[in-house]
Parts: sequence; C-alpha cells; structure tokens
Amino acid sequence: MELFIQQVINGLSLGGIYALIALGYTMVYGIIELINFAHGDVYTMGSFFSIAIIGLLDASGQLHGLPLLLVLAVTLAGAMILCGIVGVLLERLAYRRLRNAPRLAPLITAIGASFILENIMQLWRGPSPIPFPSVVPNVTWHFGGVNLSSNEVLVVVMALALMAMLQIFIYNTRLGKAMRATAQDRDAAQLMGININMTIALTFFIGSALAGVGGFVSGIYYGSTWFYNGFEAGLKAFTAAVLGGIGNVAGAMLGGFVIGMVESLTAGFISDQWATVAVFLLLVLVLIFRPSGLLGEVLPDKV
Amino acid sequence: MLNWKKYRPIDWALVAIAVFMPFLPLVDHNGGHINVLVNAGIYMMLAIGLNIVVGFAGLLDLGYAAFFAIGSYTYAMVASPQFGLHFSFWPMVLISAFVAALFGVILGAPTLRLRGDYLAIVTLGFGEIVPQTFLNLAKYTGGPNGISAIDQPKLFGYHFGLNPLPYYYLVLVLIAFSLIVANNLRTSRLGRAWMAIREDEIAAAHMGINTTTAKLAAFSLGASFSGLSGVVNASLLTLVSPDQFKFNVSITVLSMLVLGGMGSLPGVVVGSALLSILNFFILPQASNLAATVGLHIDFTSYRFMLYGIILVAVMLFKPEGLWGSEQRKAELKESGDIAKAENAEYEEMPRETV
Amino acid sequence: MAFFALKNVTKTFGGLVAVKEVSYEIQPGQIAAMIGPNGAGKSTAFNLVTGLYVPTSGEIEFDEQTIGGKKPDFVCKLGIARTFQNIRLFAFMTAVENVMAGRHVRMGAMLWDSLLHTPKQRAEERRVREKALELLRFVKLERHADDYAHNLPYGFQRRLEIARALASDPKLLLLDEPAAGMNPREKEDLMGLIRAIRDRGTTVFLIEHDMGLVMNISERIAVLDHGEKIAEGTPVEIRANPRVIEAYLGKSA
Repeated sequence: MELFIQQVINGLSLGGIYALIALGYTMVYGIIELINFAHGDVYTMGSFFSIAIIGLLDASGQLHGLPLLLVLAVTLAGAMILCGIVGVLLERLAYRRLRNAPRLAPLITAIGASFILENIMQLWRGPSPIPFPSVVPNVTWHFGGVNLSSNEVLVVVMALALMAMLQIFIYNTRLGKAMRATAQDRDAAQLMGININMTIALTFFIGSALAGVGGFVSGIYYGSTWFYNGFEAGLKAFTAAVLGGIGNVAGAMLGGFVIGMVESLTAGFISDQWATVAVFLLLVLVLIFRPSGLLGEVLPDKV
Repeated sequence: MLNWKKYRPIDWALVAIAVFMPFLPLVDHNGGHINVLVNAGIYMMLAIGLNIVVGFAGLLDLGYAAFFAIGSYTYAMVASPQFGLHFSFWPMVLISAFVAALFGVILGAPTLRLRGDYLAIVTLGFGEIVPQTFLNLAKYTGGPNGISAIDQPKLFGYHFGLNPLPYYYLVLVLIAFSLIVANNLRTSRLGRAWMAIREDEIAAAHMGINTTTAKLAAFSLGASFSGLSGVVNASLLTLVSPDQFKFNVSITVLSMLVLGGMGSLPGVVVGSALLSILNFFILPQASNLAATVGLHIDFTSYRFMLYGIILVAVMLFKPEGLWGSEQRKAELKESGDIAKAENAEYEEMPRETV
Repeated sequence: MAFFALKNVTKTFGGLVAVKEVSYEIQPGQIAAMIGPNGAGKSTAFNLVTGLYVPTSGEIEFDEQTIGGKKPDFVCKLGIARTFQNIRLFAFMTAVENVMAGRHVRMGAMLWDSLLHTPKQRAEERRVREKALELLRFVKLERHADDYAHNLPYGFQRRLEIARALASDPKLLLLDEPAAGMNPREKEDLMGLIRAIRDRGTTVFLIEHDMGLVMNISERIAVLDHGEKIAEGTPVEIRANPRVIEAYLGKSA
C-alpha cells in the first residue's frame, strides 16, 4: 500500500511535467493539425535555457544577494520567452510554407527540425548529462513510509495553475477566441478579420512557453538534463495529448497525469524496464481503440 | 512506356555506375572500402523497402527499424550458440522476411485505418517498443549485450567468413532483386491501387479498391524487405544488440528517401548512395582533416543535424527530392490544395468516426 | 427484391436530418434522376448508396442484396459505380491509368502476380489497357490517353470520370451532377453519352441541377426537398406537380 501511494505521488509529479508538454502538442494540433514533433526538444531547451540563465545570475555574483523567488521568476520568465521564440521560429521557418501541403510534408519537416534542435543543444553543452543547479531547497516530508517532496508539490501545482490560466485565456480573452475560431474554420476566421498567421504564431508561442515551464520544473525535479531528453518525454506527452483528446486543454492535463501514473506504477509494480514499453503500448492501444481520446468529442459530420 | 529520348546524360551515368559495381572489387582491393559498400548496400535495401511504404503507398512509417530488428533477431536466435541452433542462412533469409512481414500485418491490421499522422506516431511507438522488448527479454535475447557469434552463410561449401567480398556480391544481387520486385509492384494492379489511394483515398475506395488491404500489403511488403536486410546485417556483423535498431536508423532511411525522392526508384538509389557516402566517407574524412589542423570536432556525431537539415530543406524547397519525377513534384505541391477543397464535403469519413 | 431501391432511408448528422424516409425504386435499363434544390439531400443519398455514409435507418437494396452500410469497395464490386460532383480523378495519373484503376475490382492479379509479373499478370495488364483505351474511345478521349488527368479541360475530366466508372462494368452508374459547369454543346454531347451508356446495358441514376437535361433524358424522376421526397413520376408528371413548382420557384429563385 505504501509503495502504491508512493508511486502515485511519483506518477503525479511525472504527469505534471508531461501535462505541461502535452498542452503545447494539443494546442498546435488543434489549430493546424500538425504533430509538432520538435515540441519535445523545445521542452529540453527550456531546461537548457534555465540552466544558462541561473548560471548568468550566479556568474555575476548576484544569486546570493537576490531573493530566491526573484531568481526563480527571472529564470522561469526567461525560459518561457526564449522557448516561445523558438516555437515561433519553428512555425515560421519550417511549417508555414507547408500549411497547404499534404499532411505528411510538415510532419517530415517537424522530425527534421527536432533533429536540428537536438544537435544544436549537443553542440552547445555536449552529449553528456548536465546538472541542473540546485537553487531550490528541496524539503521532504515523511508520512509513515511515504515520502513527499516540495519539488513534487511544485511540479503539480505549476501544472495545474498554468492549465487553469490557459483555460481562462482561451475561453475569456479576445485572442483566445481568435485561436478557437481559427482552429474551427481557418477560412471563416480569416473572413471575420482574424489575422491567421498571428494567431497561429501566438499558439506556437504559448505552447512552447508552456514547454519551457516544463523544462524548468523538470530540471528542478530531476536535477539534470541532456540534449536527447525531449525525444522520449515528447513522445509520452504526445501520448498524453491523444489520450486526453487532442485539441482539448483539460484533456491534455488529464492525459498527462494518466501517463505519469501508468509509467510510475509499471515501474513500481512490474519493473523499471517495462515502464516505457507500457506507455508506448498505451499509445498504440489508444490510437487504435479511441483515437478521439478520453475527453475528445466525437465530432459531428460536416456536410 | 519506355521513351529513350527522355533519358538525360546523368541517367546514363547512373546506369554506367550500376553496371560497373560488380567489377569494382577487381579495381579496389581495399577490404575496408568493400566493407563500407556492404553497409551502404544494406541501407539501400532498407530504403528500397521503406519506399514501398512511404513512396508508393504514402504511409509514413517511423518505426521501420523495428522490422529490421525483428529480421535480425529471428536469424540470430536460430543461427548462433544462443540456443545452440544452427539453421542454414538461405532459407532463413526468406523465413525472417516472412516473420517481419507477419509483424507488419499484426501492427498494420488495427492501425492502418488511422489517419496518416497518427499512423506515423503509432509506428514510431512500435519502433520504440521492439528494441526495448529485445533489451528486456534478456533470457532469450542476451539483453543489452545482444546475441553474438552468429553463423555466417555458406554457399556450395564456400564459407563467407570475415571477408566482406562475398557479402558484397550477395548484397548486390539482393539490391538488384529488390529493385526489380519494387518496380514490378509499381507497375502492377497493386501499384496502381497504391497510387490511387495516395491521390484520393475516397475515390480509390469507390473504384472497388479495398484500401485497408492495399495498405496492409504495402506495410508488410516493406517490413519484409527490412527483415531480409536484417538477416544479412546480422550475419555480416555476427552480432545483434538492441542499440542497433534505434529511431536513428528509421530516420536515416527516411532521409535517404526524402533526399532522393519518395516514390522514385532511381531516387531511392541515389539518395541512399549519397547519404552513405556522406556517412562513411565525407564525415569521417572531415573529422580527420579537422584533426590535422588541430580542430577536434567529431563530425560524425553531428550527422543527424545534417539529416535534419535535409528533411527540412528538401520538404520546403524540393519536395520531390533530387531524383523525383515531375509527376510527383506536381503532386506534392498541389495536391494539398486540391485534396483540401475536395474533402471539405467529405470531411468526416464517417467510418473513421463511428 | 428490387433491382435497386431506397426504402425509407433516413440519415441524420447530429441533430440535422439530411435525408428523411426516402423511398425510390429504379428498374433495370432505366435512366432515372433525382432532383431538388441545393441542400435537399441528393448527394447524401448517393453517399448512402455507395457506402460513404451509413444510413441511420431504412434499407438500400441492389441486385437481390441489402447494401445499406456496406463499404464503398464492396458496393463497387457488386456493380455500382459513380462519379463525383466535384470531380475526384486521380489527378496525377494519366487518363488511361485512371481508367485502368477503375478496372481494379474486376482484375484477378494477386500479390504474387504483381510481385513477379507472371505471364498471367502481363496478359491481364494488356487486356485491361486495351479495355481502358476502348472506354476512352467511347467517351471520345482516346487522343488524351497519356495526358495527366489534371491537365485535361474541365469537360474532358467529367467524361474521363465516367469512363473510369464504366471500367468496373457496373450494372448501375451513379452520376453526381454530370452537367455541372458544361456549356450547352457539351451538355448535348453528354445526353448522347448517357443514352449510349444505357444502351450498353447499364442503368443510369443521376442527380442534376439542369432541369432541361433531366427532363430530356430521364424516364423516372424523384424530387427531394429538405431531405424529403416530395414527388416522383415521369418528366411530364413532375413538370405539372404543384409542390415541385413551389419548391423550386418558392425558394431557390
């Protein structure tokens, strides 16, 4: 029983990270029906940017002088903005020209872009794992045999808070409405005076910024990262997005937590080695049996 | 359909190189070169097979290496000290190809009705599961160490051994065979059905084409080529291990197709040859060259940067590839718009949603 | 069972009723039509017949079988071929390849034959090419056999689609607005072609906007409005039907 609770806690924090990445997949797919394969690497870049920014603050000898919260806020904001910019550049350079091409064309460029980003990170910091500066004190509470760390709480709280903010943004702001309109019918949205290119770029910016948050918290949570981190995490997050119902923000969050649970429970009760297999098996099964996902609406036929 | 006037000098150059290949070992006695060519040849076979799936039928298979792994392990398990079995190489070539095709059917049957991009991700997931499973089932597969001391082929009492030359000829023959079969497929009832599906799946179904069966045929035929290449690869290296079959392999082969031209057989040959030259000659040479001037950059570890650039640049600027047909060029440039306009009315093929 | 019949067929999309309780029977050898204003449910009815949509209720009979909900390739194999309102040729295949693709369902080449190009396969390919060229002659496109479909003028594309549909030797041919976008001369030719198709022994069922054409060639006409059949009869009867006049003049004029 203790093992179970422990694995649920692990699964929730793991799921929080997947959920943050999944939000970007789901938003981009919702608006241009593209599996942004490079999205997982944008998430890794979030970790890399965070490390660089903390390093900069530290190098100038100010980390000790600055209040911790300010350092974290600057790092997080920096990582979000930089990741957002990477996302916008991706869309502009690799995808926009292919918006009307057969669907597989932008998917292939997305795979190419993913490899390019990975290699840029490899050039930047080398192929070995990079430690994430332990700026956040990690407090662990013990409840019987179950451990709960402040980092785990941080991950879950961040994920839930951002999802709530995103929901409010999408449903209650003008830009959010423009995004939904564009997702539903691009041509009609254009006729209504919505700037399609801007809206799609904005979607990439927000999705990538959220991946940046994911990169930041996962750095704190795992204590290290490496350039290839985003491949597997991205694939799992995509699974989460599909599981939740692609295009559905709350679904992505739910899917993220489910995937996190599946992975940590498999690791805890079967074996570590099978955890990844279990997640990908789930991916295959979901796509076969319920491609519309848990919360995905079965769309009415358009006639 | 042959129109001799259509052939450009560069086409003839390609033919001349192909004709020369069997005589190359008479000129070049460097075993290292031959060995590299055998490796390149195995990749070319993989590319010819993947072209059936991606180029002919238009299905993006990102887990192609999984079938390569299945073929390799099938042979490794029955022709090595692992279980003390020593099946003969030649029938195993066919059997392993068949086993890979069978897995193609098992994966394809439930997934081929998915839309293209979801299918791509499912195959990617499958491509991750397979090597991981071989890694985990250490009792049967040797886990991370894999299976070693795999038997090498014998032909009329001649033992292939460690000399790459017999492999060279074996691979040449298999490539020639693969090209003939692939071309046969392209110009047959099935090939026409694939082309029709690629162009307009709904119209194809209304012409009586069972789209699921046709796709399944492409998927499992492609898988069988991969399985066949796996047997050759396993016997050449005398070793299989899970890390030989990562996502990288699938992407390498895909890059070859995209570079040369998806759907074009000469394109596949040219694309895979060019990437192999890059991989096995240019990048190592560049690293050596850099080292002589004091720069210690291992260019080979950045080859995937190049693949990435190839994938992006070709799709953006020359989607038909270096050697793609005019037809394909028009298809890739325009069909998006056409399909979009046409599908507006049939947006939801209800069979996929209910 | 009838040669071909829609029996109380209904199709709803979400809350929208596209086709409501429609019945319509066609005799072999007829040229039959279905007309109605835009959005009356005609195309939906075709899509129900060819298996693109599954009927919500009701039955579709063809050649001693019920075919409602069967898949398009199965329906084609049974002997129903169609054209599309917005032309769905295989744009980047040549005209003759398009027609050969239309023959797919009557070909016997198995995987093995395709792989190895067996003598049987070669002979069949030759036969099918001959047959395709013959059909191109029939629709007067023989000079364009090796042109890519997307390079053909609009009117030619419509005729090529008909040739492709005929390649499967259908007993029933569905034509979805075959005259759309045609000039009067082309329409004249089209009427001749439709009659010639019927005279070859293929029953024709068409949807059309062009009243002149429909009245001219059809022996039986059903009128749809808002998904419901409001009239059925010979051209003379339809012309005099007050509900039909109201449906047309009252709304679409």
